[in-house]
Amino acid sequence: MSMEDAIMNDMTQIDQGVAVDELKMQARNVDVFYGAGGGTRSAEDMAADKAITHAIKHVDVDIADKTVTSFIGPSGCGKSTFLRVLNRMNDTIDGCRMTGDVTLEGENIYDPKVDPVQLRAKVGMVFQKPNPFPKSIFDNVAYGPRIHGLARNKADLAEIVEKSLRRAAIWDEVKDRLDAPGTGLSGGQQQRLCIARAVATSPEVLLMDEPCSALDPIATAQVEELIDDLRSRFSVVIVTHSMQQAARVSQKTAFFHLGELVEFDDTDKIFTNPSDPRTESYITGRIG
Amino acid sequence: MLWILITLLALGALGFVLGRQRAVASAGGDTRVLHSLPVYYGTNVTLLTLVPALLVLGVWLMAQPIVIDRMVSAQLPDSYVAEAASRDLLMTEIRRLADGIDTAVERGAFNGLDALNLSVGDDIRRQLADAGVALGADVSPEVLQAAQSFREMSGAGRTWMTVAVFALALAGLAYAYLRTTKDLRARNRVEHMILGVLMLASTLAILTTVGIVLSMLWDTRNFFQLYPWQDFFFGLEWRPSFEGNSELGLIPLLWGTLYISLIALLVAVPIGLFAAIFMAEYATRRVRSVAKPLIEVLAGIPTIVYGLFALITVGPMLRDYFAAPLGLGNSSSSVMTAGIVMGIMLIPFVSSLSDDIINAVPQSLRDGSYGLGATQSETVKQVVLPAALPGIVGAVLLAASRAIGETMIVVLGAGAAARLDLNPFEAMTTVTVKIVGQLTGDTDFSSPEALVAFALGLTLFVITLGLNIFALYIVRKYREQYE
Repeated sequence: MSMEDAIMNDMTQIDQGVAVDELKMQARNVDVFYGAGGGTRSAEDMAADKAITHAIKHVDVDIADKTVTSFIGPSGCGKSTFLRVLNRMNDTIDGCRMTGDVTLEGENIYDPKVDPVQLRAKVGMVFQKPNPFPKSIFDNVAYGPRIHGLARNKADLAEIVEKSLRRAAIWDEVKDRLDAPGTGLSGGQQQRLCIARAVATSPEVLLMDEPCSALDPIATAQVEELIDDLRSRFSVVIVTHSMQQAARVSQKTAFFHLGELVEFDDTDKIFTNPSDPRTESYITGRIG
Repeated sequence: MLWILITLLALGALGFVLGRQRAVASAGGDTRVLHSLPVYYGTNVTLLTLVPALLVLGVWLMAQPIVIDRMVSAQLPDSYVAEAASRDLLMTEIRRLADGIDTAVERGAFNGLDALNLSVGDDIRRQLADAGVALGADVSPEVLQAAQSFREMSGAGRTWMTVAVFALALAGLAYAYLRTTKDLRARNRVEHMILGVLMLASTLAILTTVGIVLSMLWDTRNFFQLYPWQDFFFGLEWRPSFEGNSELGLIPLLWGTLYISLIALLVAVPIGLFAAIFMAEYATRRVRSVAKPLIEVLAGIPTIVYGLFALITVGPMLRDYFAAPLGLGNSSSSVMTAGIVMGIMLIPFVSSLSDDIINAVPQSLRDGSYGLGATQSETVKQVVLPAALPGIVGAVLLAASRAIGETMIVVLGAGAAARLDLNPFEAMTTVTVKIVGQLTGDTDFSSPEALVAFALGLTLFVITLGLNIFALYIVRKYREQYE
């Protein structure tokens, strides 16, 4: 059975319907503060301090397995910050403090026993701006597997790289120049390369922070198609400014406003029959 | 001289006021109608008054002595020149006499008319000595005559220069003043003239470099006429002796230079680079704001102080604890001493440049790496350093060209003995030290022993220039990738 067949098989399995309601990640009562410095101040204490930015306010979100969840909302509403809560990327920012609980398959990811580095291998991330490393295309994709020792030998690594590039729908364009620098690709190709790089470590959840904002409509369409494919293997969480995009690719949508989660529901319901007036104003273009 | 400058500046200031007034008047007092702000009209007049006049003044001041020298020199009868030692010496004597008479007139020893009527019989040497001007020898009629015509021409030249400069300044002032109307695009004109001034400045800088190289080339050529170039470039011995029969081989000096620079880089690159990685990637902002300036203090220490450190501390220490016990010699001046101390001197160069370069690596690359579950050191090793590598190589090459040009640390740390040896605890020396050595003291600038300094200097210049160009090339070639 060739690899392509294997991938096709994967996809048909989904289409036959895997339970979409299986819970993958759960966030409860999450607050995020910037400029908080060190220490162990309580959420109430920090919220009362005017010098501290209260970026996320008591947010609860459930991320289901094999589902695309989109976060929408005006700029500065905290959706990217919240996304970075899910793989502890905020740990790398000075003065950023988070309170509340986030679990991945029932395990608290902010538990001191959890290694954030291991966590990020399970919760992959694709960024707004394509950021290929200044290495060859092959080395870009092989980066994660090499770090985590996922390949037994060279042939195995090559297979992982090919599979990831295929999954990111860029294999045909780059298969003849895997040694060329990843920085030499076009913007859309770079972004798909970054997606390939993220899926190469076989994460369980893939976080995408406005993955299409730097792309033209054609590349956007390709990436959206890709997101739909990725749902067969991963849960995908996507932050987007485009409501059409959210409507096209996601099954669940969360609307953030001023650091609060205003509404979180099935995408269809959010876009056709929102229960909160602020959501309605935003999707009809009156705020944001 | 001074009063010419002051008067010119006063004219410029006058021009500013006049130009501004005329512009405002032509607009009927409503400055909104003017094409440019009033200050530009004033500046326009000032610049047209000052710039051409100052340029002419500068060129004239440089050209006049050369022209007059030529003319006076041509007047001297050839037979008399043949009698004296050389034309150059004679001209020096003439200039000295002319200056002496001028000084004497200034001090009131005799009046201007007397000065013109001086003759050899008047015992000029004694008269001038009374006025406080010492002459080397008695004045011969030819020299006196030449000196008198020298004075005459200088005086005339000065008068003409003053006339020309002021005529030009006034013409510029008048022209610019008359052209000033409310529609004059004074703003654009000022812009153009400023561009011209900026271009002039950069041209001067470049011309100076060219001039330095040319002067070195000239003396180097003289050297190679006296000493065969094969012996210079491939000679294995450096044994200058002012009685002749010197052996002036470049190789031992070049070897010392490269050996010391290599050790310096072996010290500076790892320490500097690790310091830079710590500063850029690991240190908190507080630590960074304290530690970075502290490291950069090293760059502010004069090299002679490093030299003393090498001579008094590092040299004896290396000798007592390493060289002597290992049986590698007992000289406190050694390649190792100079290399280590020079390496310490270079640490801030490497660390500061590398720090900037590492900081310039986009944060998005780091985020991408962390997002894939890489640790901080994996990120630094596999993403940040490869991205910064070209810049770091550039920094190292710049440090290398500093090391090659260093003198003081070598003199005090490694000694002045030219030697071809592999033992790092031996005293050796470098090209720069020998340049200083060959030119200090009583030197005869027509002997190969002195002229060799220029050949050495030019060789060094070519090496460091090559390194710098290579460094710039590498830095530039790879920079585009991340912007």
